[in-house]
Amino acid sequence: MFRILKDLLRYNREFALGAILILLVVAMSLASFFSPYPSGLQYVAPFDVPPSWGHPFGTNSRGQDVFWELTFAIRNSLLFGITVALLSRLIALVVGLTSGYIGGVVDRILMSINDTFVVFPPFPILVLVYFIFKDHMSWALLAVAMASLGWPYDARLIRSVALSLRTREFTTQSIFSGMSTRQILIEEHLPYVLPIVFATTMNNINWSIGLEVTLSVIGFTNIETPTIGTMIYWANQHTALVAGVWWWIAFPVGLVIMTFIGLYLLSVSMNEYIDPRSRLSRMGGSA
Amino acid sequence: MAAYTLYVLRRFGQFVLVVFVGINIAFFVTHATPIDPITAAIAATTRFSQSDPQAVQMTREALRELYGLQGSLWQQYVAFWMRVAVADFGPSLSAFPTPVSTLIWRALPWTFGLLSIATLISWGLGNLLGGLAGYYRRNVALKLFGVVASGLQPIPNYVMAFVVLVLFGYVWPILPITGSSQINLPQGWTLAYFESVFQHALLPVLSLVLVGTGAWFIGMRALVSNIVTEDYVTYAELGGVDRRRILISYVMRNALMPQVTGLALSLGLIFNGAVITEVVFGYPGLGNLLIRAVYAGDYSLVIGIASMSIIAVAFAALVIDLVLPLLDPRVRTA
Repeated sequence: MFRILKDLLRYNREFALGAILILLVVAMSLASFFSPYPSGLQYVAPFDVPPSWGHPFGTNSRGQDVFWELTFAIRNSLLFGITVALLSRLIALVVGLTSGYIGGVVDRILMSINDTFVVFPPFPILVLVYFIFKDHMSWALLAVAMASLGWPYDARLIRSVALSLRTREFTTQSIFSGMSTRQILIEEHLPYVLPIVFATTMNNINWSIGLEVTLSVIGFTNIETPTIGTMIYWANQHTALVAGVWWWIAFPVGLVIMTFIGLYLLSVSMNEYIDPRSRLSRMGGSA
Repeated sequence: MAAYTLYVLRRFGQFVLVVFVGINIAFFVTHATPIDPITAAIAATTRFSQSDPQAVQMTREALRELYGLQGSLWQQYVAFWMRVAVADFGPSLSAFPTPVSTLIWRALPWTFGLLSIATLISWGLGNLLGGLAGYYRRNVALKLFGVVASGLQPIPNYVMAFVVLVLFGYVWPILPITGSSQINLPQGWTLAYFESVFQHALLPVLSLVLVGTGAWFIGMRALVSNIVTEDYVTYAELGGVDRRRILISYVMRNALMPQVTGLALSLGLIFNGAVITEVVFGYPGLGNLLIRAVYAGDYSLVIGIASMSIIAVAFAALVIDLVLPLLDPRVRTA
């Protein structure tokens, strides 16, 4: 594990850059535990102070320090992204592994369901969910709704690997040694697809944070929980740009773009690492 | 031709399944909740005034009928399907008495235009440059484009649209940032109107293209750099075939099919991006209509838009899938 990391850092510039960006973002979210101000509280700092030594990212029109507010926001956004990613990975793994291993009619049924979910536009459906639940809209509900829309691409990817695993000798051997289907899927096939699952997790976190930001900025989530999206929402509510409080918008947007690019670079470099041919050509050998 | 018929039938079956599941989700979400839309609507209208209890009761009955919420759950389910089947979701409450379907039909062309132009540009540009980048691997300009395009690609549409809006509306205000045309301009086939529509579409299209191009570029580059190593390409090169011809007719044509399939598969996400971009730029398409419907508490309009977007995207994906075999003889027989 440690050697893989060292290899990746040395031979893969994308991985190194992505790792640095994500480390910064994680450090930022961990800083929230040392915040002098409690999360979400208003009127604790002077209004609209530009970035200075006392307030590195300035303060906003709600009387909050942008830096410390941002630490809470990025922590909540990351947690949300990870929750959605984990939930949807679970669905993708179950569907993908089962579909690939069992095959036949089961595969065809699961894949038609999969292809059905692929074409759904998530945004109108999530807006519909918000419209119905309104004030009952919670963090958990949104996470579940997004997770149930975010799995199909990766389920198909996992299935394609599982299809090839089924014909491998060790699978036949497991069947002859009396392992149940569930045991084969979890103990034998799962380890093989885990690297891909890691890579897709990064993409899925990106996807869910992006949607969360979108819904929050319009005001379609619980706007009292600080996230990157709700921060921009409040900045817009106070017309921060017109008022010249640009630091209220620039820092959250900058940080979230950093997160997106960092996660994306990690996912790309992991994908490359998984594919040995591209890894060799990068290390200077011949593919 | 029998194979093609079978293919069409299978794809059509998939389309029916998408619509069926989608509409069921819409019904399930709106009915399996403890929140009564009628109570919510009445609470919204009577919040600031005294109302006669009898009038409230009458409103309640009228809304129940309007929203198709009468009778048992099964009856409501059937009624819901009847509404979808004829694309009639009743009158809109916020734009009473205009029917929901009229509002949707009015917004649909804007969404369709924005989406199709942005997709054509980003898909075409991404594939063309991606193909070139896969073939001429040492070209510095193409490499640079790849770095920029893949750096922009993970940024979600909303954030990108927002950044574009700030850059061109606040930092360097040269383009109109909201609406679909100048407000006081009469609609019609005049040059001035046309020019105004073009100007207003620039920023939304730009922000969609900035995000959208990267994925096609990366996909095409990977496909082409795989195909280039195949024997038939080496053979053609040794045989002295013009390199441009090798790239266009031998390499890119083969790589194009997965990209068309990919287009059909990602239509849902593309639609999603277009709708979100509309919200940022106040573009009068489905996305904007949806947001305004939610703010106005317009129950039938929200359901109508959600259902119609699912059907529209599924239909567009079906069309692409049906055209695909006509482009590629291999799919016809497979």
